[in-house]
Amino acid sequence: MAVRKPPITTREYWAPGHAACAGCGCAIALKLATKAFSEAMEEKYGDPNAFAIAQATGCMEVVSAVFPYTAWKVPWVHVAFENAAAAASGIDAAWKKLGYKGKILAIGGDGGTADIGIQALSGMLERWHNVVYLMYDNEAYMNTGIQRSSSTPYGAWTTTSPPGKYSIGEDKPKKWVALIAAAHQIPYAATASIGNPFDFVKKMKKAAKVDGPAFVQVHCTCPTGWKSPLEKSVEIARLAIETGIWPLFEIENGDFHNIKIQSPGGGAKVKREGGKVVAIEFKKPVEEYLKLQGRFKHLFKQPEAIQVMKEQIKAMWKVLGVDVILP
Amino acid sequence: MAESPFKADIERVEKEYSEKMTPGAIVYLPGSSVINKTGSWRVFMPEFHKDKCVRCYLCYVYCPEPAIYLDEENYPVFDYDYCKGCGVCANECPTKAIVMVREKK
Repeated sequence: MAVRKPPITTREYWAPGHAACAGCGCAIALKLATKAFSEAMEEKYGDPNAFAIAQATGCMEVVSAVFPYTAWKVPWVHVAFENAAAAASGIDAAWKKLGYKGKILAIGGDGGTADIGIQALSGMLERWHNVVYLMYDNEAYMNTGIQRSSSTPYGAWTTTSPPGKYSIGEDKPKKWVALIAAAHQIPYAATASIGNPFDFVKKMKKAAKVDGPAFVQVHCTCPTGWKSPLEKSVEIARLAIETGIWPLFEIENGDFHNIKIQSPGGGAKVKREGGKVVAIEFKKPVEEYLKLQGRFKHLFKQPEAIQVMKEQIKAMWKVLGVDVILP
Repeated sequence: MAESPFKADIERVEKEYSEKMTPGAIVYLPGSSVINKTGSWRVFMPEFHKDKCVRCYLCYVYCPEPAIYLDEENYPVFDYDYCKGCGVCANECPTKAIVMVREKK
């Protein structure tokens, strides 16, 4: 049997022994992101190590760099919750002055990006720094004990949005930071998911190769905060794509009329017109994604909440210019 | 048997690791987290059946640690010093060449 080459570089930048929970989806995302970045740097500058990381406080910062050790094998700096983008801007400015070739990766969680760090992020994108911002979206402040963030989806349980007699959990729709970033007319903004790792790697490489700022929002499972089984981490992320909860799209130069949408898979029928996706008929019901997670358990007692959720999913796809049919 | 890609880090950390406070809390040893043998967290361990493996690399891509590396023939090798036993590899394996079995004490 002919053996294919490994689909990704075997160089490692994320060492084992870090303190992430077993089955952590965000750890998968960071491992793949650094590998993709190294491949892109090798293709663009001929040096696979020509990158540095500035990371905001968050789960992945706390688990990877517990003093006196670190899981990173690349120059890495920890900055406060709000200023990963600002620190990355500074590194970029210094590299320009020193004549270094390479790219900076800024990493933030959904709290550090969507809530606390959005001002610094917006400034970085607007000043056109040569930085890729990676937002790992596990949909709440998992590091401090599962508090809601503005990226928490409708209906989810968190410690600060508890469901009960008068509440259905989080009652507002999710904020899509990728769309906000794209509105800065930056060269590249995309969403990805660990449920489709090869698509994620492709997008990270593309983001690393553009000149100027880029933004990638990656959906990753948190078994602790989502109350989901450890071994289903990747399966849940994949179901989010297949049921229509998580769209995979790319927006280049802020061109909202030509959004590239990746096929969700899972038997969904995609209708294209002139190369553009205009309608998707999903075959897997949203309930399949919800039932694997304890944070949505209460929704099955309130079926009308699932209907509201479906309406919100349709509205979100409408923003992307796609009509969807949900089963 | 292939060598772990972190072998050099493990050897270096064993020699140079210290818990002394550094100026600015700078960590000078890259990848020094290998000093934590997180394999002790495990309840279920992945058991690999080489005869069923088709070398699709999915376990290698998905392992969050990473506690899976590739040998000379590109078969996965499990690093039980670090595997936390999450079972993502066994769940995603298309040919069920990885099975989770209870850890023997």
